[in-house]
Amino acid sequence: MAAYAPLPILGQDTAAATTAPTYYYGGPEAQPMGFFTDTTICIGCKACEVACKNWNQLPARDGGVGEMSGDSYDNTRRLDGLHWRHVKFVEQFPEEYNGRWLMMSDVCKHCVQAGCLEVCPTGAIIRTEFDTVVIQSDVCNGCRACIAACPFGVIDMNPASGTAQKCTMCYDRISVGLEPACSKACPTDSIQFGTVEDLRERAAQRVEQLRADGVTDAYLYGADADGPLGGLNAFFLLVDEPEVYGLPRNPQMPSRNLIDSAALSTAGAVALGALAAIGLRKQRMDRFAAEEDDVPPPPPDLAP
Amino acid sequence: MSDTWFTAPPDWLLYIVPYFFVGGIAGGSYFLAAVLHWLGRPEDRPVVRIGYIVAAIGAILSGLLLIVDLGRPLRFWHMLLQSERFPLPILKPWSPMSIGSWALFLFGVIATLSAIGVLADERRIRYHGLRVLYDSLAGRVLALFGAAAGFFIAGYTGVLLSVTNRPIWADTEFLGVLFLVSAASTAAALLILLALWRVEADVRGSTVRWLAWFDGWALLLELVVLAFFVISLGSVASVWLSWRGLLLLIVLVFGILVPLVLHFRPVWIAERWRSRPLFTGAVLVLAGGFLLRLVALLASETIHGPHAGIQGAQSLLWP
Repeated sequence: MAAYAPLPILGQDTAAATTAPTYYYGGPEAQPMGFFTDTTICIGCKACEVACKNWNQLPARDGGVGEMSGDSYDNTRRLDGLHWRHVKFVEQFPEEYNGRWLMMSDVCKHCVQAGCLEVCPTGAIIRTEFDTVVIQSDVCNGCRACIAACPFGVIDMNPASGTAQKCTMCYDRISVGLEPACSKACPTDSIQFGTVEDLRERAAQRVEQLRADGVTDAYLYGADADGPLGGLNAFFLLVDEPEVYGLPRNPQMPSRNLIDSAALSTAGAVALGALAAIGLRKQRMDRFAAEEDDVPPPPPDLAP
Repeated sequence: MSDTWFTAPPDWLLYIVPYFFVGGIAGGSYFLAAVLHWLGRPEDRPVVRIGYIVAAIGAILSGLLLIVDLGRPLRFWHMLLQSERFPLPILKPWSPMSIGSWALFLFGVIATLSAIGVLADERRIRYHGLRVLYDSLAGRVLALFGAAAGFFIAGYTGVLLSVTNRPIWADTEFLGVLFLVSAASTAAALLILLALWRVEADVRGSTVRWLAWFDGWALLLELVVLAFFVISLGSVASVWLSWRGLLLLIVLVFGILVPLVLHFRPVWIAERWRSRPLFTGAVLVLAGGFLLRLVALLASETIHGPHAGIQGAQSLLWP
């Protein structure tokens, strides 16, 4: 069994850091693990993107031919099958010299109630012992149901494998006691990795600190276990509305429409069945009436 | 802003639009054939036979379309069996794609058995005994199950779209019933055309009239459901204020309203324009049914995800 103790960070209380709990990975002691991404200290360096692509051997898009977005300093643009980490640049410039940048390293949220896992017909998407959500590439057949089901638009096809792919929270690393590549590479500790319980505590303290410093808009997105989707194991500290970061305010499970939609379809089927039977019955009654009245039958049809 | 605005499109277009169309026709044809098989007269039998054969061809074609649409087509069987614990089955009743895969498989088997029964009955295949699959109590019981499975195939596709998080699809509960009613209508239209082509004029008369009558009422129902579909979208209905709305308008006018008039007023039309109202109406219904599915899929597929969300939110919050 592997163990991991976080390294002390410069400026932090060394004694507190060295007495921090030791996390055990794998086996029966496995705990829910997650990311806490503090967007206020993200500098947009994209080291996490590079580390992710490097560790997970994700190929370059379009064979490495660079394509500029043209309207943003961010050229990755979105999470997809080849980019499992993406630093979003939210460029808010209502006037030429009046604006701000918001940086957010986006990733799979590893939802406690995961829409992708719910709809996956092959069982390729599983929940691991770390409460993370992983797509098994050798089981996935590329039906893309998970892509449409994810409330965050995280999942995409990897053209190299022909399967749907996304962040695994470096399952291969964390199961041997290593930290995921992205959080390991993050130079500002904007991305922090640990047990969800511990991260929530740390995140709450950080929000308090920011508010005390005057950043009153600071709040946590997805840290509430009683919130949408039962909480997100990868949650964020934000300072603007979720929509500004491209995040849904109230992410929901795809199955919310299942019962109503199926009930309406069933009602439609019953109505059509009744309609078909009524039509035949009516035709029979018309025929009887015509026979009784000795009326000649109508023309076969109006076709040539 | 709807929470569905922040998601990514699954690229269900090239093979999925034809699948929704063909699968709907297959399911609807089997249902109509089964109704005529149970409640119809001997004169209806040619159309019953055509319906079962259309259903079998449609079901097989549907399976092929779905397989080639997969990122890894050779893993199509992962939909039914657990690849890691072969041959244990996998079925997730709350996942429309999982239960739909099983339904299509079962429907394909039933429709093929019925079609084999028809071919044996017509002595087109050597084993005449196989006609029991069609012309017996067992054949009729099989038809009951096939009709249920057929309707499932016709409707689950819309339910599948609603059980996502995509704009339009997940913003309504009416897509399933819309596709179902449209499937019944397009199937009736195709059976009308095939009856006009393959069945003698003195035999097909009452069957074709029933199909046209049924198609007319199905179109009327489709009109009502389409209205509910658009209304149920709420603020997302603004997506129709674009080329998407124009396509939907074409479906409404040429795929529903004009065929309605053609079906309910055939004599009136024929007297004035010397046209073939049944034929024209059926062709328009088929084209409209295909376009309806194309619009329903394309309208959402062309809305791209989180980035669009940022831009949309910025214009919303930073005017």
